[in-house]
Formats: sequence, C-alpha cells, structure tokens
Amino acid sequence: MATSIKKLPDIEQVLSGNGACGGCPATMGLRIVGKALGSNAIMLLTPSCSVASMGMTPRLGYNWPCINITFASAGSSASGITHALEVMQEKGRLHGELPTVFAWVGDGGTYDIGFQALSGAAERNDNIIFFCYNNEAYSNTGVQRSGATPRGSFTTTTPTGKRQPKKNMALLMLEHNIPYVATATVAYPGDLYDKVVKAKNIPGMKYIEIQAPCYLGWQFDMPETVQMSRMAVRSGAWLLWEAENGKISFNNPSSLIISGKKDAAPVDEYLMKQGRFNRLLKGPDAESRIAEIQGDIDREIAFIRERAKITI
Amino acid sequence: MKSLTKAYRPISWPTKGAGGDTGSWRTHRPVVDTQICNKCQICWVYCPEAVIDRQEITIDYRYCKGCGVCAVECPTGAISMEMEE
Repeated sequence: MATSIKKLPDIEQVLSGNGACGGCPATMGLRIVGKALGSNAIMLLTPSCSVASMGMTPRLGYNWPCINITFASAGSSASGITHALEVMQEKGRLHGELPTVFAWVGDGGTYDIGFQALSGAAERNDNIIFFCYNNEAYSNTGVQRSGATPRGSFTTTTPTGKRQPKKNMALLMLEHNIPYVATATVAYPGDLYDKVVKAKNIPGMKYIEIQAPCYLGWQFDMPETVQMSRMAVRSGAWLLWEAENGKISFNNPSSLIISGKKDAAPVDEYLMKQGRFNRLLKGPDAESRIAEIQGDIDREIAFIRERAKITI
Repeated sequence: MKSLTKAYRPISWPTKGAGGDTGSWRTHRPVVDTQICNKCQICWVYCPEAVIDRQEITIDYRYCKGCGVCAVECPTGAISMEMEE
C-alpha cells in the first residue's frame, strides 16, 4: 500500500517561481523526490529542461547543491562525487551522514547520450541514485526524436511518425544486476515516494525512471498532465514495477493488468488525446499502425510477465 | 553587506522566484471555493510549483503559473479557473 498523500512530509526542495513551464511533470516529480530524499543530497543535472528551469544566476530554483555537467557524463560524474565523499569521510574531513548523490536526467541523457556512462556506473555498482524523467523526446530543444519516443509519435525529426519502437531502458538497467530498479509516474505520488525512500536506504546503484507527460511535446492540453500519466498506466503503455536484487514485483494498478485480473484499457483513447499521434490516426493506414502500437504494448507486458517469473 | 558579497560570487543560491515573478505568465487564475473544499490535499501534491498551502488550501498568486492541474484533479470540483483581467 502506497503512502497516502496526507502522510507525505512538508519539506519543499523545489522552490516556487522556477522557470519551468506551467504544468511541468518534471518539477511535479522532483517535488515528490525532494520529499523522499530530504535536504541532505547532491543533485547532478545534465542539459535538460530541468537545467533550463532552475532559474538565472544568482538565484536557484532547487534547494540542493546542484552541479551542471556535460550531457554524456551523468553516471561517471555521480560516481566520482560519491567516491570523493567516501574518501573525505575516511580522512575525517566530513562528519555525519553522507549526502545522497543523485542524478536528475532526461530521457536523452539516459537512453541515448548518457548511456555508456550510466552503464559503467551500474557495472561498478557505485552508490548513487539515477533518476530518468522520461518525457519521450528531446523536449528542451523543441521536441526531437529520442530513443524513448514510442512508435508512431510525431516529433520535428520524425514528421510522419517514428517507425521504430522505443527501448525498454528499465529492463536494460535490471540486466546490469544492480540492487534496485523501479519505474514510476507522476500520477501516483505515494508510489513514487515509497520507491525513492526505499532506494535511498539501499547501498549501491539505484535506477528510477519517472514517466513525465510533457504537454508541449505530446501536444495535449496543459491541465491534463496528470490525467495523461494515469491513462498511460491504465492502458498498459507504462508499467509500474520495482525490482530488488533482480526480483520484480508489480505495483497497482499495473499488477492487476499483469496478473490478468483487469484488462488494460484500449490504447486508442490514450492516443486520441495526444496531438503527436494525430497524423497517424488520420492517415489511410491508421488501423494497422494502431495495431502495431498495441502490439508493442502487448509484447512488453508479455515479456515482463515472463521475466518476473525468474527470481534467482 | 553579506547579501551583496553573495551576489558577486559566481554561485547561485536557492531563492524563491528564480525565474522571476512567474504569476505574470498566467492567463487563468485558480480560485478555491472553501465551502466545497474538503482539504484532501490532492491539489497540493500535484501542484508543480508548490504554491498551494497544505493546511489552508490558499494559493500564492505571485508564483502560480495557472496551469490548471489542481482544477482538473480536484475530486470535489472546489477549484475553478477564472479568466485573468
């Protein structure tokens, strides 16, 4: 049972009046992450919307020490910082509890450009939390295609819809044999909070991916950010699960879909709401392309259902 | 004097309003009807800007960007979006 809203702590690590768009899912998710991590943490940011929205010098919109690094080095920089902190503690220069080192990176910095540094950090099992907020495109630079963009989606570099399916990054990270992997979304804040608290207390590399429906990139109405995130989970396009030492367990409502107790909502309704699938839905071959997207979703569900049976 | 020296260092400090007074971006203003509101705090948890007070359910209009997520998510319909003048 996820933590109820009324039991979430009061602490605010994302300050009002930052430069993010109204209804930004990244700041929405980061607020909940801040409640779970507390103030004793160091934040690493690669070029992304979150860097653009942190405000202008000498003011900062996040209440953590923030380090802006190059796009490709989120994993390696976080490793370096966590090792430096350990050495400083050994030499007696740092007292008390070590700060949590976490990277807050978009899907471009995780799926594409930052992948080798992240993979290296995971293989070394360094003590960091790597957050990927996944808005399924390079939204900061004006919505270009990324490895996380789903099939059929419009971006400025795929004007007729992307032809390839997206990567399953969380599963890739799971196969790095790291202690904790989880997926979350902004519509379920209690679930996200629990996962971050759990990750904070596990030593070693942790990977948490947060789906963040970006209204500019996905082309839906600004107030529907949370609705869209909820619809993604209900249609099975996004699955909520966590894996401790390789053992997968599913969270509600995805667990009901996986176990077959409840059918996933048809993907049509989820696609209709988003302007980025408009051309696909209006085209002459709409039905076959929707069937393709539904096929991708069904394959992911079938794959992870079988993967969850492997518990050794 | 201390704040002056802070300003000249090439370091940013956590401050509210790092992006300016973002309330000026707003086209619609969320208004809470305290008669209907049952203080479930759902608007508070989903607010991306952290402008809603958790206990009183009041909104800081200086920084509220007027995205309308609170109005859509409110289960009792206590929040309505009104056109800015």
